Amino acid sequence: MEKMHLKMTVNGEEMETLAEPRELLIHVLRERLNITGPHIGCETSHCGACTIDMDGKSVKSCTVFAAQAGGADITTIEGLGNPDNLHVLQEMFKEHHGLQCGFCTPGMITRAYRLLQEIPDPTEEEVRFGMSGNLCRCTGYQNIVKAIMAAATEMNATKEAAQ
Amino acid sequence: MNEMIPPKAERSAALKGLGTSRKRVEDARFTQGKGNFIDDLKLPGMLFGDFVRSPYPHAYVKSINTDAALAVPGVVAVLTAADLEPLGLHWMPTLAGDKQMVLADGKVLFQGQEVAFVVASDRYVAADAVELVEVDYEELPALVDPFKAEIKGAPILREDIADNLEGAHGARRHPNHIFTWESGEKEQTEAAIGEAEIVAEEMIYYHRTHPCPLETCGAVASMDKVNGKLTLHGTFQAPHAVRTVASLISGIAEHNIRVISPDIGGGFGNKVGVYPGYVCSIVASIVTGKPVKWIEDRIENLTSTAFARDYWMQGKISATKEGKITGLWCHTTADHGAFDACADPTKFPAGFMNICTGSYDIPTAYLCVDGIYTNKAPGGVAYRCSFRVTEAAYFIERMIEMLAIKLKMDAAELRRINFIKKEQFPYQSALGWEYDSGDYHTAWEKALEAVNYTELRKEQTQRLEDFKAGATRSLMGIGLCHFTEIVGAGPVKNCDILGLGMFDSCEIRIHPTGSAIARLGTISQGQGHATTFAQILASEIGIPADDITLEEGDTDTAPYGLGTYGSRSTPVAGAATAMAGRKIRAKAQMIAAYLLEVHDDDVEWDVDRFAVKGAPERFKTMKEIAFASYSQEIPGVEPGLEAVSYYDPPNMTYPFGAYICVMDINVDTGIADIRTFYALDDCGTRINPMIIEGQVHGGLTEAFAISMGQELAYDDMGNVKTGSLMDFFIPTSWETPNYITDFTTTPSPHHPIGAKGVGESPNVGGVPAFSNAVHDAFRSFGLTQSHMPHDHWRIWKIANDLGLHDK
Repeated sequence: MEKMHLKMTVNGEEMETLAEPRELLIHVLRERLNITGPHIGCETSHCGACTIDMDGKSVKSCTVFAAQAGGADITTIEGLGNPDNLHVLQEMFKEHHGLQCGFCTPGMITRAYRLLQEIPDPTEEEVRFGMSGNLCRCTGYQNIVKAIMAAATEMNATKEAAQ
Repeated sequence: MNEMIPPKAERSAALKGLGTSRKRVEDARFTQGKGNFIDDLKLPGMLFGDFVRSPYPHAYVKSINTDAALAVPGVVAVLTAADLEPLGLHWMPTLAGDKQMVLADGKVLFQGQEVAFVVASDRYVAADAVELVEVDYEELPALVDPFKAEIKGAPILREDIADNLEGAHGARRHPNHIFTWESGEKEQTEAAIGEAEIVAEEMIYYHRTHPCPLETCGAVASMDKVNGKLTLHGTFQAPHAVRTVASLISGIAEHNIRVISPDIGGGFGNKVGVYPGYVCSIVASIVTGKPVKWIEDRIENLTSTAFARDYWMQGKISATKEGKITGLWCHTTADHGAFDACADPTKFPAGFMNICTGSYDIPTAYLCVDGIYTNKAPGGVAYRCSFRVTEAAYFIERMIEMLAIKLKMDAAELRRINFIKKEQFPYQSALGWEYDSGDYHTAWEKALEAVNYTELRKEQTQRLEDFKAGATRSLMGIGLCHFTEIVGAGPVKNCDILGLGMFDSCEIRIHPTGSAIARLGTISQGQGHATTFAQILASEIGIPADDITLEEGDTDTAPYGLGTYGSRSTPVAGAATAMAGRKIRAKAQMIAAYLLEVHDDDVEWDVDRFAVKGAPERFKTMKEIAFASYSQEIPGVEPGLEAVSYYDPPNMTYPFGAYICVMDINVDTGIADIRTFYALDDCGTRINPMIIEGQVHGGLTEAFAISMGQELAYDDMGNVKTGSLMDFFIPTSWETPNYITDFTTTPSPHHPIGAKGVGESPNVGGVPAFSNAVHDAFRSFGLTQSHMPHDHWRIWKIANDLGLHDK
């Protein structure tokens, strides 16, 4: 199948590649751009392991064709923090044991990153509802919810201190 | 001098050893998207394999035409059974002593079975070509119901062994029959039940489900023809066993095979088995000379690799009028699918189902299990379970509830009357196990008090009155469970898989500067081994856990071990770790004594150092000892500081727990609202409380899924009805309840550090607790047994069948 020229911004960097229009965005990211943080856990958009942030929204990248991603501004787990400057969510997931096998974690944190912008001071119920598109088989969610609530508290405290 | 030595407690805390809620060292890479999972692996020139699968549950394969597929640009090969046959790889041995088709050999026996393997330049090309492989099938009637397997005219599934009256586990009485396995005293038990004052009898079905880890199974095989070496990367819970099996079936010498398990995205038993995808990747790499990757999609995972459960358990339990149990009888019809690929120790074709006497002092018992072939996927793995312990625990915990109904007795009291008492340990069970330690009464009372059991029962009675008066449409269920697990398989004398004894191993190297690396025969799939095993070592050898690297999963570097499943890592590899640590310490003692110029017996261990007895200011720290071992000539002592231990456990370990679930059930919608879930676990010595709690949360959520909705369902034709996450229930954060965790500590007397393992306890104990709560809500309306999963429809149906919707 003929390939198309694809340009997008991924984690703040301009990237381009050739891809078939039918290719799923998750495959473009993982196999053409070597961004392997987002994972594939199903092919029915249920598990959320492939969650990325695309143009300011949480998106399951297994449900987006390459052809739909041209010009998009994408953030993946790799773009949220770096070893010297972790995102608060990355720290809180470790602090509160919000992960075990780690397969869902990139999608989980990337979704939580957007959720906390949608609802900066969420209730537990709002976190549970807002995260319900991301499946985890290991943790039973209790510590994931705790980690996200703790991250929200810390982010809000930092914001207040800055004001 | 003395004041210069930091206090013991301070030095001990710095180690982050046993009992510390040490944060996980694994988390840095996973939270930053830097995990190393199988599908992340990309080798130069790598090809991609994909399966053509059978749409039929039972059919002859008349012909396979691969021409159109091979004509697709990018397709390198299409393998069929005919291609594998000359290599003797068209069938492979299963872990249960049966054999399984790698690719359909004239016949398919379940929907989703592997028929041909397309190898192409990328996954899209492979998928396109899969569609173009033409297979001509002749459909046959499917056998779905195991109770119809031996009736006249039943379709014969395994024509390859139809005339073979002797299977891997004894006599077969029918071509669709796999084995009969008995345990206990039949006549004595039947006599006890025959004479009993009270008998409860019921058929209990533990439905077919699937471990469904978030990462599916996969492999990358790479045959280096220049050096004659095969490297097989894959999602293996037992990498060393895979190496041995790969060597035996491929004929490649074992030293020329390197098996690597990278990070594994959850296993739960799914990644114990050997699957056609692994074999086909290897063959394809040998044929093409290039690395070949195979990754399942979710539908393939659910429909073809390793299901769990599917036990029909007919039970009888007898007691005196006062409630003292006198006998337990069970006949199980085990649906094993098309090939017997259960992952159990060889001598236990029904796993440890004979732990079904549970936590109770039962004088006589009998268990008989019949394994049956059906047109369903093979498997029968222990889904977060130690070899059928989940089935056993569900069986006995349901039978106890049924007996309580017959006795008109409170189910908590009935358990209390029958628990094995603390002073009876080590306890010989009627079905042949020696329980190592336990204190069930203490755990039970603690649990009942924690949930305020008496008040709950009063509230339930009031609710019932309100319901009958028409004031509410909600009923309250209190689900009790006291389970006993049997984990840590196991002693080589009675536990092996494919002849390989189920010991495990640890090798430790202390570096000159006093840090260390330890390698184990196990492989973490989320349990946090790199964190917890370093803690065991820290306490044993006085080197901070933060200074110890843990490595698993590479058969070229790790000592041989049987892998991680059945909660065996802590009981077996954890013991090996402690024992290897003790060897290090014994050598360190000699070195310290030499350096301090005293006799070996004149120094004593002090947290992180050896000190002269009675003169604590004269000491050598492990750091100093390590350096000395590499830098000084020490008479009679070899240079270096290393040790290896292969640990053959003397017995299994027997973790236990008391779980209580309280739910409110709306009889009109069938929705069950979990109000409280209290879980008390006793896993012996606790290595890392934070990780234990995480394991309990996760196991309880899998139990919640299984009991309340998750099912691998087939229709009457043999079609899989729940083959994707559209239908196969995985709870989200929205419906998953919160849990209260608690513990008691009864160390294992035979384990070096007293630990018992915990990963599977919550699944084993959780399912009966959830299910018993549903049943308990309807107890006063006469409900005895209703099969899981208790989804909204089935709960609604219970209420409807009991006439509760007419009122």
